[in-house]
Parts: sequence; C-alpha cells; structure tokens
Amino acid sequence: MIDADLHRRLPTFELDVAFRNGEGVTALFGRSGSGKSMTIGLIAGLAKPDRGHVRVGGVTLFDSRLHVDLAPHKRRIGLVFQDAHLFPHLSVRRNLLFGRWFAPRAERTVTMDAVVETLGIGHLLTRRPAGLSGGERQRVAIGRALLACPRLLLFDEPFAALDRQRKMEVLPLIERLRDEFRIPMVYVSHSLEEVVRLAGYVVVLEAGKVAAAGDPSTVFAQAEYQADDRRFGRASVLSAVVGEEDVGYGLTALHHPAGTLWLAGPAGHRGGTARIVIQATDVALAIGNPGQTSVRSSLSGTVSGIETDGALAAVDIALTGGGTLTALATRRAVDDLEIKPGSAVLALIKTVALDEGMVHPD
Amino acid sequence: MTPDEWTAIALSLRIAFVAVVVSLPFGIAMAYILARGQFPGKSLLNGLVHLPLVLPPVVTGYVLLLAFGRRGVFGAALADLGIVLSFRWTGAALACAVMGFPLMVRAIRLSFESIDRSMEAAASSLGASPLWTFILVSLPLALPGILAGVILSFARALGEFGATITFVSNIPGETQTIAAAIYSDTQAPDGDAAALRLTLVSIVISLGAVMASDLVQRGIEKRLAANG
Repeated sequence: MIDADLHRRLPTFELDVAFRNGEGVTALFGRSGSGKSMTIGLIAGLAKPDRGHVRVGGVTLFDSRLHVDLAPHKRRIGLVFQDAHLFPHLSVRRNLLFGRWFAPRAERTVTMDAVVETLGIGHLLTRRPAGLSGGERQRVAIGRALLACPRLLLFDEPFAALDRQRKMEVLPLIERLRDEFRIPMVYVSHSLEEVVRLAGYVVVLEAGKVAAAGDPSTVFAQAEYQADDRRFGRASVLSAVVGEEDVGYGLTALHHPAGTLWLAGPAGHRGGTARIVIQATDVALAIGNPGQTSVRSSLSGTVSGIETDGALAAVDIALTGGGTLTALATRRAVDDLEIKPGSAVLALIKTVALDEGMVHPD
Repeated sequence: MTPDEWTAIALSLRIAFVAVVVSLPFGIAMAYILARGQFPGKSLLNGLVHLPLVLPPVVTGYVLLLAFGRRGVFGAALADLGIVLSFRWTGAALACAVMGFPLMVRAIRLSFESIDRSMEAAASSLGASPLWTFILVSLPLALPGILAGVILSFARALGEFGATITFVSNIPGETQTIAAAIYSDTQAPDGDAAALRLTLVSIVISLGAVMASDLVQRGIEKRLAANG
C-alpha cells in the first residue's frame, strides 16, 4: 500500500503529484522530464518535498503537516536504478547481504536462498561486480534491494541500459518478484511495454502533473498523451485470454469478446490473461465482410470518435465487450467508407504485426 | 656505515611512520569535510590546510616552536601532561606530519570527490546510516587516494628538513634524521663519503616506497575496476 502526495517547486519545474495504490506494481509512466525520477527521489527521501506526505504500508515516512521526515536509511525503501550501483569492492554475495544487517531481525522475511533461486544468480556469488554483464548486474542489484527487506521497492528505469534481449530475460523476473515476495513496487519507465506487462496501476505524468491514472488497459485506451511522441506512436492496450496454440504454424490464439487475435509465438499459459499493445498504424478498417484478405485477426466494434490531423484520421473504436482500439487511416478512406461515430466496423489487425517484437515496440 | 648513520636512518623511518599514522585519521576527516561539506569558511579552512605547502618550511618550523615550544601556548599545556615536543623526536614527527598534511588531504579529497554519490545513496537505501555508509562504502572506495596520500606524506616526512631543524634542531640520536645528518656531513671537512652513503640510502628508501605504493595501488584499482 502506497499513498503519496508530493509538491515541490523548483525555479524551472513544479511537481504536483498524488497517487495511491494497494498491492502490486504501480507504474509511473511519462516522457523524460515529466517528473518521474523526481517523484522517486522524493519518495526515497533523496530530496524533500515542500509539502505533502508519503505513507507506505501504514507507516508515515514523510508528512509536512505532522513534521515527519524520516532519513533515507530509516525509510527502508529499496532502490534499483538504471545503473546497478553495485559496490565494486565487495563480492556479489556481500553486495547481496549488505542491507540485511540493517533490517530489524523480526522483519528479515526475505531469504537469501529464495532470492538467489528466483533471480538465478547462484553461480555469481563469489564473483566481483566488475566481471558481470549488464543483465547480471541488474539482477544482483534487484536481489540486494530485496534482501534488505524493504517496505517498498522503487525501480527507476532499471532496464533502460539493457538491450532488448537482456530486457526480455529480466522482465519475467520482476513479474516473479511481484507475485512471490509481495513487496509493493513503484516502477518508473517510459517503455509502454514494461508498464503494460508489469503494472496493475499506472500513473501517467506530464510536466509534473498526473495526466491520467488507473488500470493500464483503461489509461492507454485514451491515447491522447502519446500522440506527439514518436517513440510509441498511437497505440492501444487490450486484455485477452490466451487460447489454443496452432503448433504447426507457430501461432497462439488470443480471445477477446470482440474477436480472436493470432499471435506469432507463445503467449504464456493457456487460460491466462495477456495484455497486448496494438499500434494504430497496424489496424485497418472494414465495413461489413472484408472478403478475401491476408489478415486473420479482426475485432468488431463501434466507432466512438474520429480525430483528424491533416491527411490522417485516428479512429477510436469501442470494441464489443469493452476496450478501445485506435486505428490510423487516411481522411479520404474514412470519408469514402462513410465512417462516422456510431458506425459498426471491423478492425483488421495484421497477424504479422502481432508477433512479440512488434507488439511491444521500444 | 657508522652506528650514527644507522641511527639516523632508523630515526627517519620511525619519525615518518609515526607522523603518517598519527595524521592519517585527521587527514581523512579533513579530506571528507572539504570534499563533502558545504559551510561558510570552507575556502579559508582549505587555505589553512595548504599553508605548510606554500610557506617557507622555516616559517612553519618557527610557528611550531612558538606554539609547541616549552613556553608556547600548546607546548606549556602539553608539558603539564608530561608531553614534550620541542627538541625531541616526537616534535620532529609533528613537524613532518604538518608538512605532509596538505599533500595527504589533497590526495584523499580527490578520491572522495570521485566517488559516485549514488553509490552512497544506494547504501543508505539499503538501510546504512551515514556513519556505516562512510565506513563500508566511502572509505573502501577512497582507498587508492588514501594510499596515495599516505605515500606522499611519508615521502614528504623523509625529505623534511627546514621545519624540523627549526623546531627540534639537529641532535644526533634524538632529532637527527637522514636529511639533517647529510646536512651535518656536508658541513664537516671530511663528510663527503658519509653524505654520499646517506644520499644513496635515501634514494633507495624513497624509490622503494613509491614503487611499492604503485604496485598496491594498481592492485586496488584492478579490484575496483569498472563501476558496478
């Protein structure tokens, strides 16, 4: 449980952020300069808010009205940065055990064995940080933070420095931590993919203010804050149930009330829920039966809004059974097909566009 | 080599060793304050620390004599406690410590300043108080600079002449270091050979110290290589 209300004014920047969330991962999402890292610093006690409060698991770490301001080392908040900041003069084992000393005996709930096993770092224990790869360092840094038995774990773009493949190795570990250790986490990222995968609650920051907050599927359906950011383009996030696999063709079905999507490759265990990102540029629109096309994934819905910009039009579709999908088309195509708010449409999603590499562009 | 020469060598090493060991805690503390502190008068403090480096050594020696001589402000108080510095080898150690202090502080300060502050932030996020962070993280990471500071200050102590001779004179067996002995030899009509012998000894000791420190330093840097 985290409850933060933070105000801080600097000569060139003003932060005014409040959010609260229960269990699991809270994501702080936004462009660089939106105030994500500052928020993290204020929670961790690296800087002091002008006013507000920070409460974690019922413990008040900071409250300007009650004049509570715990020193950083008394807050017991684990930090994992982009750089692992492992202590170079200590072995991996001693790095891991560093924070354990300082945790009250009764609160040492996380065991070395569990951490080593979950993170798969048993073979690294006698090594020194200098000899580790980037991914290994991050895993050790996460283990070190965990073993201090923190009240809260803060991740500040922990994987921004890793290449895609390394990131794919480490992300599932965070999912396991989330599910196994039950320590609340705040995860700062500007990667839509990471946020969608990990977070149950997302806080979108823009110029130091909360632009949106809530369930990622809901928040990312309102795509307006992404519109001018070429990094993501417009994208929609949907939840779907993992269905049968077509082993012969290497495809997995993802069932959504509005239709079935085919994903190239596996998508987790059957019956589970997968969140997927669909780029607006990968969605085509059809009225009625599209006839013969190569597209095998389609979702039905009703147009809920059209936003035009020059030659282009972004069409928001309220999908049958919930969720919003944005399609990007030319304005002429929209006019030719007489697509208007309320029109029943079929959204065609290219199967190839759903393979993992393109579902979650960095 | 004559017994007097051996005495001078042993005395030099003892004085330098004591000077370094006693001044090291103060040197580390001063370096940390100068590296991390933000307070009014910081540049004045920095200036005072560096003063022995820029003043003529004779002046430093004379100031020490005024302060720590038998009738000096501190000297009288210390004499009451049974500690006499003037014209004793302990006084020579004090002179050497003062002369080496700026070099020691400078090297250690640079080392503290080069430590990534987020390393310390990481330690505190793991629950380490500022004192524990200093002991477990900052101090070990500053080790190369501390070693450099120790060597510089040791070398300075071995070579110290002006302040020492002014403060504690040149008494064989008590305050006559290698440098002072060489000086005496060069003043004596038949001292050339003795001066040369001690000169060689002095070169060997200094070179050995610098080479040994370089070796140790490289070992440490290898272990700390690549920021975690």
